[in-house]
Amino acid sequence: MIRITPGAVSKPLESLKVKTGDWGAEYPVIEEEKCIGCGECEIFCPDLCIELIEAGMEKKGEKEKIIRVAKVNYEYCKGCGTCSVVCPAEAIKMELKDIYRGELK
Amino acid sequence: MKVVRGFYSVAYSVRLCRPDVICAYPITPQTEIVERLAEMYANGELGNCEYVTAESEFGAASILVGASATGARTFTATCSQGLILMSEVLWNASGMRLPIVLVNANRSLSAPLSIWNDHQDSMAMRDAGIIQVYAESNQEVHDMIPQAYKVAEDRRVMLPFMVCMDGYKLTHAYEPVDLLDQEIVDGFLPAYDPPVKLTTKKPLTFGSYATPDCYMEFRVAMHDAMDRARKVMDNVFQEWAEVSGRDWGGHISNGEEAETCVIAMGSLAGLVRNVVEELRKEGKSVSFIKLRTFRPFPAEELRKALTGASKVIVFERSLSLGSEPPVTLDVKSAIQKMGIDVYSVVVGLGGRDVPRELVKSTIQEVLEDRVKPGLHFKAKQFEEVIP
Repeated sequence: MIRITPGAVSKPLESLKVKTGDWGAEYPVIEEEKCIGCGECEIFCPDLCIELIEAGMEKKGEKEKIIRVAKVNYEYCKGCGTCSVVCPAEAIKMELKDIYRGELK
Repeated sequence: MKVVRGFYSVAYSVRLCRPDVICAYPITPQTEIVERLAEMYANGELGNCEYVTAESEFGAASILVGASATGARTFTATCSQGLILMSEVLWNASGMRLPIVLVNANRSLSAPLSIWNDHQDSMAMRDAGIIQVYAESNQEVHDMIPQAYKVAEDRRVMLPFMVCMDGYKLTHAYEPVDLLDQEIVDGFLPAYDPPVKLTTKKPLTFGSYATPDCYMEFRVAMHDAMDRARKVMDNVFQEWAEVSGRDWGGHISNGEEAETCVIAMGSLAGLVRNVVEELRKEGKSVSFIKLRTFRPFPAEELRKALTGASKVIVFERSLSLGSEPPVTLDVKSAIQKMGIDVYSVVVGLGGRDVPRELVKSTIQEVLEDRVKPGLHFKAKQFEEVIP
């Protein structure tokens, strides 16, 4: 027995139950050393699966600056690859998931 | 009793139902329905109703989906290419269980381009989860609007309702119509009380993504709602007969049992009934069945009406290319194993006139066994040539 609503009406954030992270064949890998923290990937991600996080501090003369790097939420990332295309630092590579690496015998 | 055109009989009835949002895009032969409503709106006769002019039928239907989700009573009218352009949205409306009421002024579909009447447009929406009732006269259309709202908004149903009226044959025709009183409609039709509605304070998603492990149940639930609609409609039809004094029958309206029964829908019903009465006076065992409800399909009612029949003639106004026409398919499905021969006769596509002589000779051919059961096109002989 399952419970459904008429008209498939759902409350905010109920869609979090649908973990779309296993949809894609590829997943993005961020090379933190190359990431310049510009936030392009965060803006372009169609599933809001990337956010910039603080990764430390950097001294620039007298001032201190926060270092930010992109971080992927793999629970929902569908592996579309948009982030890797828009990254100006070429810091995001798409990699094939292990389950798709099998060879036909 | 007033002599009015079909457009006005619809618009007047819609006004009495106190809609909250009307949204439409003009298309022949529907246009004057929403023009009359726009006129009423401009004259301040629609209360607090919002009248939205959309950029297309797709837009009109989309606006009504949003409006209906907020709990508004909604109306639109369209036909033909307009209905098909709405179709993507209307499948969503039924899936979201929104009781939008629309009038379809039945018109053929392109190509070839035709603005004239047949039933192809609404038949193409057969599987959309929209209730479909076909009216015979402008009085019946007038009476169907409040009933459509009452059925669609019933919590056991919650599905869109399409009232089908033949383009031109009804829309443009002047007929005497007993225009309803506001008190009668107010007493019959309660305010729309949706089980759930969208507000800015309570955001909701309608028609959410359903994974394969639950999608099927949503669709089965819609099928169940259609099944429940049969009974709800029966009750509403009966209640309407009591409050208005006009009894249009149930899902079907039929005469006495006979060896040969003739089925027709929409404005053709009057002519076929009249021909059948004439043949009965000549002593022929023939009876007429007017099919009013097409979805949900009244299979049980048809089986009862066809008890004792050995032949049934279905006058079809549309095709299902590559199979038998839609009404024939459903009739055959309903009466399987009853041993009745089915004669499917396609007439009047794209506005082709269906004269009395054609109806009479068609029935006589069947009565006198001059044709075999099966599919018959009352079309001219033709050959295709390369231009």
